[in-house]
Amino acid sequence: MPKHTFQLNGETVTVDVEDDVRILWVLRDVLGVTGPKYGCGINVCKACTSHINGKAFNPCAVPVGAIGPDDEITTIEGLADTVPGDGLHPMQDAWLDHDVAQCGYCQPGQIMAAVALVDRVRAENRAITEDDLDSIRNVCRCGTYPRIREAIRAGAERM
Amino acid sequence: MSHDQTTDQGQRRQRAGRLSRRSFVGYVMGGTGLVVAADLALGAAPAQAAGLPIPSVPQVPELYDLNDFLTHCTLPTSGLIAIHVDEQGDAHFALPRMEVGQGITTSTAMIIAEELDLPVERVHVTLAPARKELLFNQLTGGSNTTISTYTPIRVAAAVARKALLDAAAIELGALVTTLRVKGGVIFDLLGNSLSYGDAAALAAPATTQRVEVELKTLSEHKVVGTPQRRLDARDAVTGRKKFAMDLTDADVPGALPTMVCRAPDLNGTPVAIRNRAAVEAMPGVTHVAIIPTGVAVRARTFGQCIDAVRALDVEWKGGTVAGKSSADILTELRAAQLPLAVPKLGATTVEGDFVFHFRSGSALEPNCAIADVRDGTATIWGGLKSPIDAQSKVAKALGLPQAKVSVNVVQGGGSFGRKLFSDAAIEAAHASKAFGAPVKLMWHRADEPRQGRVHPMATSRVRATVLLGSVISFEQRHTSVSTDFTHGLGERLTAEVAALPTGLANLGFSETIFLLSQELPYNFGVVTQLLNESNRDFDRFNTSSVRNIYSPDVRTANELIVDQLAARLKLDPVAFRLKYLKSGIVKNVLRKAAELGEWGKQMPAGTAQGIAIHKEYKGATAVVVEIDCRPETVGRKVRDAVTGPRVTRATMVVDCGLVINPLGVQAQMMGGFSDGLAQALSYGNHLVDGHFLEASWDNSAYTRQWNTPFDFHCEVLDSDREEPGGIGEAGVAASMAAVACAYARATGTMPTEFPINFRAPLHFEPKPFVPPVPASPTNGLDFVS
Repeated sequence: MPKHTFQLNGETVTVDVEDDVRILWVLRDVLGVTGPKYGCGINVCKACTSHINGKAFNPCAVPVGAIGPDDEITTIEGLADTVPGDGLHPMQDAWLDHDVAQCGYCQPGQIMAAVALVDRVRAENRAITEDDLDSIRNVCRCGTYPRIREAIRAGAERM
Repeated sequence: MSHDQTTDQGQRRQRAGRLSRRSFVGYVMGGTGLVVAADLALGAAPAQAAGLPIPSVPQVPELYDLNDFLTHCTLPTSGLIAIHVDEQGDAHFALPRMEVGQGITTSTAMIIAEELDLPVERVHVTLAPARKELLFNQLTGGSNTTISTYTPIRVAAAVARKALLDAAAIELGALVTTLRVKGGVIFDLLGNSLSYGDAAALAAPATTQRVEVELKTLSEHKVVGTPQRRLDARDAVTGRKKFAMDLTDADVPGALPTMVCRAPDLNGTPVAIRNRAAVEAMPGVTHVAIIPTGVAVRARTFGQCIDAVRALDVEWKGGTVAGKSSADILTELRAAQLPLAVPKLGATTVEGDFVFHFRSGSALEPNCAIADVRDGTATIWGGLKSPIDAQSKVAKALGLPQAKVSVNVVQGGGSFGRKLFSDAAIEAAHASKAFGAPVKLMWHRADEPRQGRVHPMATSRVRATVLLGSVISFEQRHTSVSTDFTHGLGERLTAEVAALPTGLANLGFSETIFLLSQELPYNFGVVTQLLNESNRDFDRFNTSSVRNIYSPDVRTANELIVDQLAARLKLDPVAFRLKYLKSGIVKNVLRKAAELGEWGKQMPAGTAQGIAIHKEYKGATAVVVEIDCRPETVGRKVRDAVTGPRVTRATMVVDCGLVINPLGVQAQMMGGFSDGLAQALSYGNHLVDGHFLEASWDNSAYTRQWNTPFDFHCEVLDSDREEPGGIGEAGVAASMAAVACAYARATGTMPTEFPINFRAPLHFEPKPFVPPVPASPTNGLDFVS
C-alpha cells in the first residue's frame, strides 16, 4: 500500500492507504481525527470543512494522493494552535459567547468555514457583507444560522 | 372560558409520593458512596380532567394534552433515578433521555445545581443506557423531557443536599438548620466548613433510607431562569464532542466502517448479489452480506465502503410504492378525506384545501450505530431516543433474549423525531451477526431522503362559516399518509400493540396523538378537527413523527383561513385574532410579537408581514415575519441554491411556562423557525415512479444561510406558571404558518400547496438510482477558498 506524508495540525504524519481514499476518511478512519464530520461525501453539506495551507477545503472531495508532504492540513482540532496563546481561536470564543451550537455536529465545519471567510474578506481589504454570509454553504439542520451570522461578525472583530 | 393551565395550579396536584404542598419522598441509597434516588414518576402531574370546570366547548388538549398523556404513561414505572455525589463533591446523573441538540443535558444540570447548591459546571449529566425497568419512562419525544423529569430530578437533588447537610451537622457539631451552603461547601455559623466531597464520604448509610424533603420555591431560584450557555459547547467547538461514528478502535475494538447498498425503489429488498467475489476483493473490503434492507459491506474506511456499494451488482425485488408518484398519493388522500359536516353556504363560507408534501426527517448526522454481536450477546452504541424499544427490536432481529442486548446511548447529531426509530441499530446488528465481526454502520447521505423516514404527506381541508359578523363554525379534515408510531412509547409492549399487522392499532395511536395535540384556540362556534390516516399505506412509506408531528401543517392551514376570515370581517389580522382567541397566554404572546415585530408598519409592494400563533406543549408562541417576494429577490442567484422569497426579519415570542434556561429556549425557537421556514417555502421530497428524487442537501432545500432572516429576535416571556412546558418542537408550527401568511399577503394569493415551490421546475438533476449513492468527487482542491 502506498505511503502518504503530509502536515496535519502542525505535525508530520505518514499513512499507509490507497491513493484514492478521500482525505476525510484518512483523517477519521485511519488517523482517528474525528472533528471533521461526514454529512454528504459530495462536497455539498460542508460538515467536513477544514483548511489546506490556510484556506477552506472539503476533505471528502480530495484523494489523499492529490496532496504532498508540504501541504498543511488544519482541522478543528488544530485551529487554536494557529493563533498565539494557549486559548481558543477567536472564532471559537465567539461561538461560545453566542452559544451557537445545538447538536454540534456541523459546528467544526462552520467554524473552519467562518475563519476562512474572514481571512478572505480581510485579504480583499473590506468588511463582511450580508452577501458574504449568504454565500456560506454549510448546512445546520438544527437551524442555528442567525447565531452563526452574529458569531462570525463578532469573531471577525477579534481576529 | 379558557383553561390555560395558567390558573388553579397547585390545588389539583395530589399524587403518589407527595406528602404536602412542597414535601416529597426520596431515598439515600445504602452502600458505599453517596447515591440518592427519587421515583421518576414523582411529580408527574398530568391535568386531571375530572373535577375541572368544563368550558362550554372545550377541545381535548385544553383539558388533557399530549404531554399529559406522555406524563401519565410514566406513572406506573417503579424505576428510580439516582444522583451520585463523588469524593470531589461533584454530582453525576445519568439522564434517561437522549440529548440530540435540544439542550436537556445543560438544563438538567441547571436543575440539579439549583437544588443542590452546586456550581453548574460541577454537575455532570450523561445519558443512561437502555433501562428496561423504566418501562414507559425512557422515551425522548413530544418535547416532554423537562415536563416529566423536572420534579423527580429536583427531589433527588434535594435528597442529596439533605444527606450532605445531615452528615456535615454531625461532623461540625452544629444544628442542620444553622448550616449554609455556598458553591458546594457547607458552612456553620462559626465559619467552620466542610466540602461536599468530604461530607459525601460521611453521608452514605449502610442501608437505604427513605427521607422527606422540601423543594426550593421559585423565589429562592438562583440558577433556574438565568441564561446558561451549553455545557457541551466547548467540546462542540473544539471537535472533541463524540458522536456515535466518532467512537474509535479504542472505544469499540474492531468496529470497522460499514454501509448498505440499497434498492433503487423505496423499500426494495435484495434477492441476490451477482458479483460478490469481485467486491470482496476490492481494496479495504473485509465483508459483504445480504441483510433484510440491502447488501452490507464492511471495509477499512467509509470511502472504501462507498466504492464497494457503487460496485455491487444486486438483483432487487420491487419496492412498496413501485410506479407511484406524489400525484397518485394525493389522489388517494383526497379519496380518503372525511366529509365536512356543515354545508357550503355561498358567500358566508370561507374554505381552503391544502396539500403538504413529504419531507425528509434527516438530521445532519446520518442514521448510524455501532454493533458488536457475538457469543449470544449484542452490544449497541447509538443516538437512540427509544433505547428500550431498540433493545427489544435488536433482540428480536437476532433471536436473542432482550437481557442479552445492551444498548448504550450516545449523544446524537440532531433528531427531529428521526431517532425515535432504531433503524440503523437494527441494521448494524444484522450486519455484525452476518459478518461475525463488530461494525460501525452509517447511512450514506443519499439514502436519507430516499429511503429514510419522512414526514407523511397530508391534505387539510378547512371550511369556516361567517354569519352576522361572527365566525360560527370551523371544520378541519386532516388526511394523512400514516405516521409510524411503532416505537410506541419506547417500551416493548406498546410498540408491539402499535405494530399489529392490520395497522388498526397504529391508526388508533395516530388519532390519539392527533386528538391530544391539536387545539384550535379560537372561539369559532362549532369547531371540529378530525384526522384520517388510511392504513393502506402503513407499510409503504417510512414515516415518523417529525418535529412537531401534525401541528405545522394543521396550524398553517388554520392560520391561512384565519387571515381570510379576518379579511371577510374587515379586521386586521392581529385585531381579529385578539378578538377571537380564547386563551390569555396566546393573546399575550400575540400582543408582544405584534409590538416587537412592528406589526402594521408600511411595507413596499411585493413585501409583507405575516403573523401566526400556536398553542401546544403547555405554552404558546407567536411569530411575525417580513417576507420579500419581489422578482429581483426571488430570482437572486447563489450557486446551486434554491433562493426564492426571502424572509428578511422574524420575531418570535414564546411563553413556555417556567423557563429553565432562556438561552436554550431561544435556541430551540430559532431552530424551530428554520424548520418552519423551510417547510413553508422550499423543503420537500418528490415521489416519482416509486422513489424519492432527492439525494443530497442541495436537492432537499432545507434552510441555508441564503434563506436566513437578516434580523431574528426571540423574546421569552416571564410566565406565571410554576412548571416548565416543552420547547424542542414548540417553535415550528407558528413559524411555518407565519411565513405562509406573509407570502399570501405579499403576493395576494393564498398558497395551498407546501412547500410553496413544489411545482416549480426541479432545481436539480436527479442522481442515478443504480448505483444508489454518488461517488465522492476528486476535485475538491479546485474549490479551495
